[in-house]
Amino acid sequence: MSTIPGVVAINTFREAVRDRVLYNLIFFALMMIGASILVGEISIGISRLVIINLGLSAISIFGLVMAIFIGVGLVHKEIEKRTLYTLLSKPVKRWEFLVGKFGGLLLTLTVNTALMTIGLGAALYYVSRSFLRTDASILVAVYFILLELGLVTALALFFSCFSSPMLSTLFTLGLYVAGIFSTDIRDIGMLTRSPATQAAARAIYYLLPNFHNFNAITAAAHGESIPVSLIWQNTAYAASYVVLVLAAASAVFSGRDLK
Amino acid sequence: MSTPAIEIQGLTKDYAVGFWRKQMRRSLDNLTLQVQEGEAFGFLGPNGAGKTTTLKILMSLIFPTAGTARVRGRSIDDVRMHREIGYLPEQPYFYDYLTARELLDYYARFFGYPAAERRQRVALFLERVGLASAGNVQLRKFSKGMLQRVGIAQAIVHDPQVIFLDEPMSGLDPVGRREVRNIILDLKRQGRTVFFSTHILSDAEMLCDRVAVLVGGKLQGVGAPGEIVSMEVYAMEIFFEMRSGRPLPGALAAHATKMGERFRVEVPEAQLYPTLEQLRGCEARILSVAPLRPTLEDYFLKLVARDKANSLPAEVGSAR
Repeated sequence: MSTIPGVVAINTFREAVRDRVLYNLIFFALMMIGASILVGEISIGISRLVIINLGLSAISIFGLVMAIFIGVGLVHKEIEKRTLYTLLSKPVKRWEFLVGKFGGLLLTLTVNTALMTIGLGAALYYVSRSFLRTDASILVAVYFILLELGLVTALALFFSCFSSPMLSTLFTLGLYVAGIFSTDIRDIGMLTRSPATQAAARAIYYLLPNFHNFNAITAAAHGESIPVSLIWQNTAYAASYVVLVLAAASAVFSGRDLK
Repeated sequence: MSTPAIEIQGLTKDYAVGFWRKQMRRSLDNLTLQVQEGEAFGFLGPNGAGKTTTLKILMSLIFPTAGTARVRGRSIDDVRMHREIGYLPEQPYFYDYLTARELLDYYARFFGYPAAERRQRVALFLERVGLASAGNVQLRKFSKGMLQRVGIAQAIVHDPQVIFLDEPMSGLDPVGRREVRNIILDLKRQGRTVFFSTHILSDAEMLCDRVAVLVGGKLQGVGAPGEIVSMEVYAMEIFFEMRSGRPLPGALAAHATKMGERFRVEVPEAQLYPTLEQLRGCEARILSVAPLRPTLEDYFLKLVARDKANSLPAEVGSAR
C-alpha cells in the first residue's frame, strides 16, 4: 500500500489545524455550557434529551459546514495557488493526491467530532451527574455522523475536481438535501401508476446518497438502542459510496489539464 | 549512443477557447528536440511562446494534443520518471503555513527516505541554497528571492538527474539572480542536466551549453549560443573625446551620440579607417574601437518581429 496518500493526508490535517479550523470547537463549547446552564432548571429526563439532541445536531451541523466548505476548496486551492504543480512533479499520482486530501479532511473532521463528543459527554454528565447504559447509542449516532461527513467530503471533493468552489458548494448541498429525502422521492414515485415514473424514482433513490439512514440522533436522545445490523449496513454503504465517488473524482481529475 | 536526458518528439498542444470552446488555439506546435545528459539547456522565448506549456506537459500537469516526450528513457506518463527529475514552477508558491524545513521534509517524504536521512537532506539543501538560518521561518514571511531559493531546494532535495526550472531568475534582484545562477552552475558542475526556460538572454548566454528559441509555439532554432547567432561583425563601434573647443567633423556630427564628455559612433567595417583618419584630423582622442556582433538578444528580437509579421520559421541552427 502506497504511503503517499498518508503523507498528503497528514499535511492536509496540519494545514487545517494551522488555519485555525478547530476554533469552531470554542463555539461548540460555549454553546454546550450555555445549554447546560439553561436546561439545569428543567427535569433531568428532559434536560438529557435536550442536551443530546442539541449536542448531536451541533456536531452534525458543524461537521457538515466544515466538510462542505473545506472540502470544495481542497483541490481548488492547490490549483489556484499552484502548490499542486510542485506536488505533482514528485512521484505522486493524481488519485493518491485526491485520496490523501480526502483522508486529511476526514482526519480533521474525526478529531473535531471526537473533541465535540467529549464536550457533549461533559455537558451530559453536568446535567444528570451520571451516564446511562443507553448512552452508548450516542456514540453510535456520532459514528453515523462521521460516516455521513465522509460521504459529504467525498462529494465535495468530487465536484471540486471540475467546478468552482461556489458551484461545488451548491452541488454538494443540493445533493445532501436530496439525499436526506431520497426515501421520500422513492415513496412518491410508488404512489403514481406510471411504471416509468416508478422506475425513475427508484433509479434516483439508488443513485442519490441516502443520508436518511445516518440519522440516529432522535434514537440516541430517547435512549433507544441501535441495531448492530444497521451499523454494519451504514458502514458498508458509506464505504462503498465513498470509494465510488473517489474513483469518479480520480477519473475526472486524472484527465484534467491544470492550467 | 547514450539515451538523451530529455527527448521531445512532435509535442503539440491545442487549447479550446471561446465561450462554446469550439475554437482551438495552438499553444505549442510540433516541438521536437533532444537534450543530452549533463547539458545546461536554455529554453528561450518571449511571454506566451509556449515555454511554460512545454514544461507543464513534461511534468504531466497538462496533456499534449499530439506527440511524446521521454525523460532519461522513461515516458512522461510513467510516474517513476518523477523520481529522477526536479521541477521549479514559474513564480512558485508554497504552503505558507509551513516552515522551509517542514516544506522540504514534506516533499522528501514522497521519495521514501527514512526520518534521519530526511533531516540530513533538508539541512544540507537549506544550507546549499543559503537558507540554513531561515529553516524554521514560516514561508508566509519569505521574500520572493527566498521563495525562489526554497523552490530550487525542493526541486533538488532528492538529488534528481534532470532539473527543470521555469523562469528561475524572473522577478529577482541582481543579487538573487546571481545566487540562482551560481546554484545552476553548481548543478552543472555536478553533471546534472538543467533545462531552464527564460526570457533573460544574458543568463542563457552565460549558463547554457545550448539554447532553443521558441516563438509563437514554434521552435525557431537550437544550438550553442555562439552557433545560433552569427559571429559576423556587422559594424564597428568607436568611442572618442574631442579636445575642448574643437567641433565634430561634419560627416560624423550627424551619426555620433554624445554620452557625457564622450562620443559614440557606429560605422560599417569598411568605413572604419576613413573614420579614424577623420577623427585624427580633428585631433580627437580615440578611447576604444570594438567590433559589433549580433547578440542572442538581437536574434531573439528579430524572430519575435518576424513572428509578428507572420513569416516563415527561421532556418538558423538545427534541431538535433
